[in-house]
Amino acid sequence: MVGPAHYITLSAVLFTIGVIGVLTRKNAIIVFMAIEIMLNAANLALVTFAMTIGDVAGLIMVLLVMAVAAAEAAVGLAIIVAMFRHRETVNIEAFNVLRG
Amino acid sequence: MESLLWLIPALPLAGFAINGLFGRKLGDRVVSVIGPGVVGAGFVLAAASFVSLRSMPSAERLLQQTLYNWLPAGEFSASIGFQLDPLSMTMVLVVTGVGFLIHLYSVGYMHGDGGYARYFAFLNLFTFAMLLLVMADNFLLLFVGWEGVGLCSYLLIGFWFEDQAKAEAGKKAFIVNRIGDFGFLLGIFLIFWTFGSVAFADVLPEAATRLTLGGDLAFWICLFLFVGAVGKSAQIPLFVWLPDAMAGPTPVSALIHAATMVTAGVYMVARAHALYEMAPQVLAVVAGIGAATALFAATIGIVQNDIKKVLAYSTISQLGYMFLGVGVAAFSAGIFHLVTHAFFKAVLFLGAGSVIHALHGEQDMRAMGGLKSKLPITYWTMLAATLAIAGVPPLAGFVSKDEILWRTWDGGHSVLWVIGFITAGLTAAYMFRLFFLTFHGSFRGTKDQWAHAHESPWSMTLPLVILGGLSVIGGWIGLPMALGQPLGGIANRFEGWLAPVFEAGEHAAHEPHAIPPIEYGLMTASVAIATLGILVAYWAYLRSPDLPGRVATRSRGVYTLLNGKYFVDELYDFLIVRPFYALSRFAWRVIDDGLIDGLGVGGTGALVKRGSRIVSRWETGYVQGYAVAFFGGVFAILAYYYLFR
Repeated sequence: MVGPAHYITLSAVLFTIGVIGVLTRKNAIIVFMAIEIMLNAANLALVTFAMTIGDVAGLIMVLLVMAVAAAEAAVGLAIIVAMFRHRETVNIEAFNVLRG
Repeated sequence: MESLLWLIPALPLAGFAINGLFGRKLGDRVVSVIGPGVVGAGFVLAAASFVSLRSMPSAERLLQQTLYNWLPAGEFSASIGFQLDPLSMTMVLVVTGVGFLIHLYSVGYMHGDGGYARYFAFLNLFTFAMLLLVMADNFLLLFVGWEGVGLCSYLLIGFWFEDQAKAEAGKKAFIVNRIGDFGFLLGIFLIFWTFGSVAFADVLPEAATRLTLGGDLAFWICLFLFVGAVGKSAQIPLFVWLPDAMAGPTPVSALIHAATMVTAGVYMVARAHALYEMAPQVLAVVAGIGAATALFAATIGIVQNDIKKVLAYSTISQLGYMFLGVGVAAFSAGIFHLVTHAFFKAVLFLGAGSVIHALHGEQDMRAMGGLKSKLPITYWTMLAATLAIAGVPPLAGFVSKDEILWRTWDGGHSVLWVIGFITAGLTAAYMFRLFFLTFHGSFRGTKDQWAHAHESPWSMTLPLVILGGLSVIGGWIGLPMALGQPLGGIANRFEGWLAPVFEAGEHAAHEPHAIPPIEYGLMTASVAIATLGILVAYWAYLRSPDLPGRVATRSRGVYTLLNGKYFVDELYDFLIVRPFYALSRFAWRVIDDGLIDGLGVGGTGALVKRGSRIVSRWETGYVQGYAVAFFGGVFAILAYYYLFR
């Protein structure tokens, strides 16, 4: 029987994969995708808890996150395109001009 | 007359304002009229005041005028008020009279100088300050005049300020005077603390009741006041500024550094005589320092080669005589010498100026000689003044100097008398050395100088003649009883004139009394030593001119000591100036640069800068670095809640 614990576990695994992706990968697009994975992991956790306690507020929250993620995808990809035009690379290690 | 007192100092002040503000526009011709004119008008007013004072009964001779209450502050008050009693009157007559003649002389001497108007502005300002000093009716206003003359002295010594050495001589005079002024100011504070007032009318009559004879308070008040006098009147140990002050124009040396300003200390001691009589220890100090300075300066004067330097040391020496006089409580004798000295020393300086003028700035006596034929008026007036200062009877210097010496002996100060006696011989010697080197023998300068040497214009010779005449007859206003009595009972008119001021202290020497025979003996002795001094000078500088050189080589040590002016300047340099420089350098390099700038201002800046550099390392610019910190932080917070809640 698949219960809430499994969903939460899956959510935690996905989030961890996202975190590791953000922290270790150098390609800005991969980092961006890892952030999307984290967002969706959070969505999965929200849906699970909403169903468990029978409250629709969590589901509404998921819709909100999806909207934000869509907007973020648009802006984020635009930034990555701009970065590439500027430096001919999307390696985030090349972008450290705000070094102290 | 009383309501016009203010005009006497106000006239020179107006002259200062006009010459100072508009002098360059008005032109030299107008300045030449205004400059001496205001002082001459002051002299006329002073003479009128003198006549009106004479018409009063002798005990009531006092003119007063209070202009307004200057500083009313609680219990303290000081007024702008003038007074003329016989003492102030004497000083005012000297300041305006001799001052006028020297102003007139300056018209010729300073002719064509670029700073002509500025010169007369300063000279007028000086006359104003000096009149303020002698006419003030309280110690504070006297101090204002005191500082004013100091300022003018500084301005006029450094009159040719483009010359670094002259500008520095001015600074030296000012700074050394500050030391004395500080003491004077402390004395005034003590007077106010003791008497609750600074007005002469409140302080002087109360002195005998408020102070105990020989008490600590009287001692300190008088000593502090005397420190001021030592600075202003160039006595040991603060005399070093006066020889350097010769950097100023020669008429300035005559007016400020011989006839008037430097005698302010003597005037002040005489003015405060009621206080000094309560402090016999300080009077002894005054007499001792006076006698020591007289001898000390005379020995230096005898080896100087600069004509003005000889006169400068001579002035210091004669001021020593004046202090010896007031120090043995012979106040009127001290003031009398002040007056006669103003006459003959003014002639000597003006005559020296005439010589320097004729030789186009030459001051070294080794390049002079034989000028008698070229400068006859200067020669004869200088001769009169030189005889006067040497103490040849019956000239002015003899009368006044002998009065001081007699009163010193009479007061039981035989050691001081011996010092004064030796100084009298030295005075005759160094003055005739100057005289012979300048006017007799053969000319030792260049041919060109000899050809251009000429007698000065009338504006310079007229003051010389008048003052020269006064050097001869000026002493007769104060013939001592010892001379006056045999001549048909002529009283010492000068002492009688000043008696109302000094009544309390002096035994009435102007009253007819029996003359002790020893007074004639001492008189003869001092004439003898003066003659000896003259003969020595004659022998050494006219008969065998190679003698001084031989003496100098034989006693090289003494000569070096005297020629080096006892190395007092060097001593001060070593004891005061260098340590002070070292201290200043320490304050600059260590305290200011090191502590305040380095550790304080710079240190704070460096701390912030270094700190920010460390902190700014965290800003790597790598987004993933920030993300690590971010996740690490979140993890830490979660861990904290998980473990401890």
